[in-house]
Amino acid sequence: MTTTIATTRPPLWRDRRVLSWVFQSAVFAVVAAFLLWLYGNYRENVASSGIPTNLNFLDNPASFEIPGNDFSQNQPVRDAYVEGILNTLRVSVPGIVLATILGTVIGVGRLSRNWVARQVATAYVEIVRNVPLLVLLTFTFLGVVLLVVPRIEEAWTPAGILVMSNRGIGIPWYSGGSGTTLVGVGAVGVLGWWLVARLRRRASERTGRPSHAGLLGAGAFLVVVATGWVALGFAITTPRVAGRQIDGGIRIDPSFFALLIALVVYTASHIAEIVRGSIQAVPSGQDEAAQALAMTGFQRMWYVVLPQAMRIAVPPLGNQYLNLIKNSSLGAGFGYFELTNVTRVTVGNGSPAVPAFALALAMYVGVSVLTSLLVNVANRRFRVVER
Amino acid sequence: MTLSAFRRSAATWARRNLFRAPADAVLTITLGGLACYVVFRLARFVLVTGRWEVIEVNLKLLMVGGWEAAHLPRIAVALIVLAGWGGIIAGLIHGRRVRLGAAASIGMSTMGRVVDLTRRFGLLIAAVIATLALTTSRGPGLTAGGVVVGAVAGRLFGGWAGARGLPRKVVVVGNLVLAATPLAVYLYLVDAVPLAMWEGFFFNVTSAMAGIVLCFPIGVVLALGRRSTLRLISAMSTLYIEIVRGAPLFVLLLLSNVALGFFVPASIAPSKPVRAIITFAIFTAAYLAEIVRGGLQSIPRGQVEAAKSLGLSPWSQTTRIVLPQALRNVIPAQIGQFISLFKDTTLAGLGLGILDMLAVSEAVTQQPGFRGQGLIIETLAFTGFVFWVGSLTMSRESQRLERRLGVGVR
Repeated sequence: MTTTIATTRPPLWRDRRVLSWVFQSAVFAVVAAFLLWLYGNYRENVASSGIPTNLNFLDNPASFEIPGNDFSQNQPVRDAYVEGILNTLRVSVPGIVLATILGTVIGVGRLSRNWVARQVATAYVEIVRNVPLLVLLTFTFLGVVLLVVPRIEEAWTPAGILVMSNRGIGIPWYSGGSGTTLVGVGAVGVLGWWLVARLRRRASERTGRPSHAGLLGAGAFLVVVATGWVALGFAITTPRVAGRQIDGGIRIDPSFFALLIALVVYTASHIAEIVRGSIQAVPSGQDEAAQALAMTGFQRMWYVVLPQAMRIAVPPLGNQYLNLIKNSSLGAGFGYFELTNVTRVTVGNGSPAVPAFALALAMYVGVSVLTSLLVNVANRRFRVVER
Repeated sequence: MTLSAFRRSAATWARRNLFRAPADAVLTITLGGLACYVVFRLARFVLVTGRWEVIEVNLKLLMVGGWEAAHLPRIAVALIVLAGWGGIIAGLIHGRRVRLGAAASIGMSTMGRVVDLTRRFGLLIAAVIATLALTTSRGPGLTAGGVVVGAVAGRLFGGWAGARGLPRKVVVVGNLVLAATPLAVYLYLVDAVPLAMWEGFFFNVTSAMAGIVLCFPIGVVLALGRRSTLRLISAMSTLYIEIVRGAPLFVLLLLSNVALGFFVPASIAPSKPVRAIITFAIFTAAYLAEIVRGGLQSIPRGQVEAAKSLGLSPWSQTTRIVLPQALRNVIPAQIGQFISLFKDTTLAGLGLGILDMLAVSEAVTQQPGFRGQGLIIETLAFTGFVFWVGSLTMSRESQRLERRLGVGVR
């Protein structure tokens, strides 16, 4: 026997699906109309003042220089953008690494048994976190870099390997080959590290003997890099003062250090709070169990608590990394040629503002999306495997 | 406690907290020495070597920029009215808590309450007094006194009104008056000095407030939109949130400075402070949306299901059941976002050329009498201090609120 289900549909004006699509189309229409209005205004304004709307300006000569770089004025704007995004990454990547280290140390310090360490860490967090980054950055730039570092004639040369002066800071650098080759050698080294560590871990699981994966892996990395270094004819040059300039090594603009210091100091205070919260979120039984195994304070933190805390900390840490990358745009106010500054200067030199800024925004969003993807991958890798 | 007993307990404390292990002792001595040195240098800078005349002379510029002196009393009136307004609201909330038996002060002695208040606002009060010590005229001191009197009077009145149930008509009218007060104050101020002339710390505070007020509805709508089952709405909200969150505020400010003129007709192109405020609202809305989304996710499904079973319309389910709980759960995070915006308003100087407090503190070191003396350290320290006190007070209050609301304790 078959039962017939009544399939009377409600009238159109009360059908949920219809209503929902009507509503969505209406909202979409309003938003689209607003955007079209903006775009129409833009076309009109651009047409009346004869400003190009395409990205052809990328082929024009840049006609500005980037200090601390062999970027020449005749190179196209396109190259300036590449240099800008590279400079953003140059300050962001070391910034992320250093801020993570400093933040973790301070976060652990806030929970230390040592009263002095606890007070110092708390004071650091409470002071730095509540001051605007721009104040901090102005302070590091004007206060530290320009007032503390000596003039070139009286440059400090600690141990003959560094030159510190207001003309920039010289550090030892490689010479005799291209940077890409060196990065390639490094990549091969990392691959070697990974392979050796993997092999050793397998062997350790089979035999039960300690793997020493980290030590041997690092050894493999060093061997590969050293071989590559010698075979490809790389050498180290140290900087020295030559007249009113720095010769040899590589000269880094003071603004880079000001930006790096401010970003690291500021972000570390936020990371410290994340690390502290994550450590407190690890069940206290873990620490007590480690104590029962007679582990020392350092061992308990390093082998038991921190690995579990870092697992909790990955998503908020990722947010802080994104903030650091975005905050590096403030370097534009202090003569550091990262992406924002390149955009600003090239717009000042006559490149059309809207396409130039749209390009910069797209690059920032791209970097952000890429970083969040990496963080998501890390999050998935570090997550507890549930059986 | 006898002296020897005190000595013994102090020694025990020191051994436990400072010298538990040899490594601990090294840490204590190194960090302790370093901290003492920093504190000494700081104290010497503040009390001895700091040349604070530059602040003394330019205090008005730092605080309110080029606000005409003749109109300064309006700011005083506005501050006093707002203090009374805040006092009334705090009193009403407190009175309601007393009626419900949930006030924090229940069981606290008068002395205990004074200590509690000092702990909460002592830093702020000390900072205000320190700043007042730098002033030369009587106006700021009188204003501060008026603010205190207004706040206390408002608090007493609000507490009195909140502790007893008032007739419904009075409540409705009172709520309307309270809601309209900030707008009235704004109109009163802008009537004397146009918005384009709001500068100094005054700009930082007002633009942060305006940014938060404006971003709030946008953020809530975006959060609801992102969680909506309607695909198109959800996609549009997500797109907005992700694009804005991927962009640095500084770039958005620069964009609004040089590019906004292309997108709107010249007749309605807004002034710089308005541009800054709109940019703050657009930017913060995306972050607020994510915060509110977290709050929405924290509401158990049963709440919506219960509302549905009572026959509430989707609109009522959202506005009467879900949103009030969701927003309450994320109040601390919202305050955190407000603090962050408050600090970020300093970018307006660099991005839009507005003379906010940071920009003024750089500009005054170029004055004829102060040029080339490295006074930027003093002015920056003062600016940083003002922002620090404001942010720290707000973040402490938000932590207190977090404990009171029991967020994350369940």
